[in-house]
Amino acid sequence: MLNYITSYLSSNTTPGQAGNVFWATVYILVVFGGISVAVMAMNWLERKALAHFQIRLGPMRVGPHGLLQPIADAIKLMTKEDIIPAEADKFVFWIAPLIILCASFAVYIVVPFGPTHAITDLNIGILFMLGVSSLSVLGVVMAGWASNSHYPLIGALRSSAQMVSYEVAMGMAVVSAVLMTSLHGLGPYGVGVGTSGTGTLSMIGIVQAQQEQHVWFLFKFFPLGFIAFGIFAIAMVAETNRAPFDLPEAESELTAGFHTEYSGLRWSLFMLGEYAAMIAVSSIAVTLWLGGWYRPFPNTLTGDTWDLVFSLFPALTFLTLAAIAFVGVRRMPKHPYFRVQTIGLAGFGAVLGLIGLILFAPPVRDRIQDIFWFVAKVAGFMYLYIWYRATFPRYRFDQLMKVGWKVLLPIGIGVLILTAILGVVL
Amino acid sequence: MTDRTITDPKPADTTTSDLKTSDSTKFLSHLELDQPDKTFLDSNELVINMGPQHPATHGVLRVILKLDGEKVLGTECVIGYLHRGVEKIAENRTYTMFNPYVDRMDYVAAVSNGLGYCEAVEKLLNIEAPPRAKYIRVILTELNRMASHQLWLGTHALDIGAMTPLFYTFRDREEILKIFEKYCGARLTTHAFRIGGCQYETYEGFERDVIKFLDFVPPKIDEYEELLTTNRIWLERTKNVGVISRADAIALGVTGPVLRASGVKWDLRKAQPYAAYSDFDFEIPIGANGDTYDRYTVRMEEMRQSLRIIRQAVERIPEGPIMAKVPKVMKPPVGEIYHSIEAPKGELGYFIVSDGSTQPYRIRVRPPSFVNLQALDVMVRGALVADVIAVIGTLDIVLGEVDR
Amino acid sequence: MPEEIKSSTPPGGESKPAAGHAPAAPAKPAGATAVPWESAMVAKLKGQYGSGIRESSTYLGQNYIVVEPSIVAELLQILRDREQFDYCVDITAVHYPDREKQFDLVWILYSFPRNERIRVKTLIADGESVRSAVSVWATANWLEREVFDMFGIRFDGHPDLKRILLPDGWKGHPLRKDYGIIQQDQEWVKANLGIESGQ
Repeated sequence: MLNYITSYLSSNTTPGQAGNVFWATVYILVVFGGISVAVMAMNWLERKALAHFQIRLGPMRVGPHGLLQPIADAIKLMTKEDIIPAEADKFVFWIAPLIILCASFAVYIVVPFGPTHAITDLNIGILFMLGVSSLSVLGVVMAGWASNSHYPLIGALRSSAQMVSYEVAMGMAVVSAVLMTSLHGLGPYGVGVGTSGTGTLSMIGIVQAQQEQHVWFLFKFFPLGFIAFGIFAIAMVAETNRAPFDLPEAESELTAGFHTEYSGLRWSLFMLGEYAAMIAVSSIAVTLWLGGWYRPFPNTLTGDTWDLVFSLFPALTFLTLAAIAFVGVRRMPKHPYFRVQTIGLAGFGAVLGLIGLILFAPPVRDRIQDIFWFVAKVAGFMYLYIWYRATFPRYRFDQLMKVGWKVLLPIGIGVLILTAILGVVL
Repeated sequence: MTDRTITDPKPADTTTSDLKTSDSTKFLSHLELDQPDKTFLDSNELVINMGPQHPATHGVLRVILKLDGEKVLGTECVIGYLHRGVEKIAENRTYTMFNPYVDRMDYVAAVSNGLGYCEAVEKLLNIEAPPRAKYIRVILTELNRMASHQLWLGTHALDIGAMTPLFYTFRDREEILKIFEKYCGARLTTHAFRIGGCQYETYEGFERDVIKFLDFVPPKIDEYEELLTTNRIWLERTKNVGVISRADAIALGVTGPVLRASGVKWDLRKAQPYAAYSDFDFEIPIGANGDTYDRYTVRMEEMRQSLRIIRQAVERIPEGPIMAKVPKVMKPPVGEIYHSIEAPKGELGYFIVSDGSTQPYRIRVRPPSFVNLQALDVMVRGALVADVIAVIGTLDIVLGEVDR
Repeated sequence: MPEEIKSSTPPGGESKPAAGHAPAAPAKPAGATAVPWESAMVAKLKGQYGSGIRESSTYLGQNYIVVEPSIVAELLQILRDREQFDYCVDITAVHYPDREKQFDLVWILYSFPRNERIRVKTLIADGESVRSAVSVWATANWLEREVFDMFGIRFDGHPDLKRILLPDGWKGHPLRKDYGIIQQDQEWVKANLGIESGQ
């Protein structure tokens, strides 16, 4: 038994490939927990960042600077009355959020946080991700149908039409990135034989192809990789029903969205699924174009010193966050009512600082690199999502569909063809 | 004795509560609904109710839409939820007592309402406010126009989906409201003017505050424009949406920025100047197409022109009394008067009939939002549902004025 | 009547509002009598309608004509087509219950090309109806509906004459002088709001 557990530690593959059920379970639990925490953090960040964009403060009371607000929201939603419309189809009503949730979470099996830090590495990884994330459309339609009210139904149909159309554009962009994995040359315009690229759909393989070709696919065949990335970046915002493509769920429009009739915990499952889907498609984008878990400039800035410099980033990030927390502590009002919050914020800062210090230790430092860079890139995307929501007005539904079919799809096909041509020529 | 009860043309069993499809024939008879017995899933047409409570209708407005999928085939506005009988109240109050009621109609631009009413009564009494009072009136009215347009911009952008301009415009509107509060004690329903002039002298530092505001605001207007004017999504949502042609606009009697955006260069401040506007130099912006985008640009430019007027007024404000000689007990001679001003929403008119007593015999308020709202039907024919909300926002209606 | 000295304090000294019409009117200020109004347009109209135009005057600088109800429909059309009064500013009414012809129906028109405003007034009795102006100016639709709602004056040829501000089933026309200031249609309130009274 113990052998079973320790034998994995010396292997060099993901638990899924090694067939080690124990470690696979551990990884699944860690990832599941991590995503849940990430969703809560994202909820907090969204409210605070949106508020600051709008020159207000956001949640400030529940915990210092609203840090405990997601927990309060979760408790509130869990203790709310569970209202089901009288004429609703009860089974479908119950299962719709579960389908969305399962579809959104199932894709994390293949998300690579590092060369061996994934639950498993299917050799059809990217195909699996696209396919499973499409299942959430089913959940959306079921939610709208089961509500037995024409506003949610119309909203659900719109939402599903939008998701389906943008998946096509996403697919085109993904295919051109996958095509790039089979190329041989090094650098942005890879000339000559440099690598033994054999083309792969596996997520880890795609990242390693970028490493072998010494270039992030973002810059490959510039501007083709960039355009493909741009298409994917726009399509992924539409895919997750976020601004500026959030007509189906906007409050000021006529149809109030497929989740109107849901309240309490069921509604929070929708939100959980939405944020999880956002993180999932962002990880696809990071894997395909942004070099996955590799640090910036892995091939141009080589050498031990540069490795050392970049390896200090995780620790420095946490120490910076701790410093910001301590600045916040200093700026707290000096009033007895604020004592608990001040102590809480100071404690939070201390924990962050402690983590930062731990990350300075060399054994931890080396292991944490991959995960840190991957998460940092995905976090950048999350911030962009919030930024889009604060800045852009909403697209009307027909304009939204027009952008998906008439603009993104032709450009995607064009990029794909040009990539193929360049791949053969160069 | 003639029978005074006049029956309504339709039987009084249609309640104004939930709209059921079978009742819709009586409601929307002029939209020619066929097959009233089918449910909404059988026919291609859907009757949807944008109820009195809705985040985007700027008050209690009910719009019944007849849709074919997403396309709007016809609309019917049901108003009157905010009807408070202001005109009836006017017959039971003296002229001075009625002054505060006037603010409550277009509560967003209360100063303009007060200006129109005071000027109308002054005309009836055949007196004129002194020059200093006129300048103070112009400054406050233009500040109010600015505040009204800022509120319009924030809510209109919010309806279309851009959340952030709302907060920016409200932050800048605060400065105007602070000036109002320092001047007359109230921010929104100001009751700033009296019949015959202004009651309050400008406070210590009024000119300084106004000039500080004039320097503070133009970069803010640039900020709003930066977010919206060239934004591709904004252009797609507002260009060619809610188009009303010049002929339609004149026939429907719309006034204000809606009319000017359709190409009619007409502004009561220039055509029939009142209250010292003839002393000032300003432009009237017009639009070419009469779509939502033109109304947006017209109002943005009007904001800048208002700043221009205020600057000229503040620099040249004359000294002197602020109140004309008005009899203590106001009894205008028997007669009628109609006086209108250019309120931020359009032509705001007061038709006052006096019978020689201290109370007006009849005051009729010609509300710009009421007449502009009538144009909604024409503007959204053939548009999509999401455009209805954009068009209601662009008409800049205030239900307090529509319903009085 | 109380004559208080007017000072710079707000004139809040108006005491109990006099009900109805006060008998003694104060001395009229200069220019405040209705003087006859002559112009080319009025001359043309008088030539066309003769006694249909009962009066054409100017009061305090505002021109108005008082006409017979029978010629109103045609007159409005002519005013729009020939005299270029293309903008109907307002349509309203005033109720004089002591008169034989109880209602004053007023159209306020404006001409963009001429920058002129004119009031057209006609006197009609209770129960009499007038031709609707919807065919002349589209804006008359809601304006006439409001006049109907508040006064009960019907307009022939209006496409959809029903109440606009008050609920559909309301009985009574509030702006008439015999309708009390706090009067409500109790039956409607009881039936629709489920309460005894709105007061």
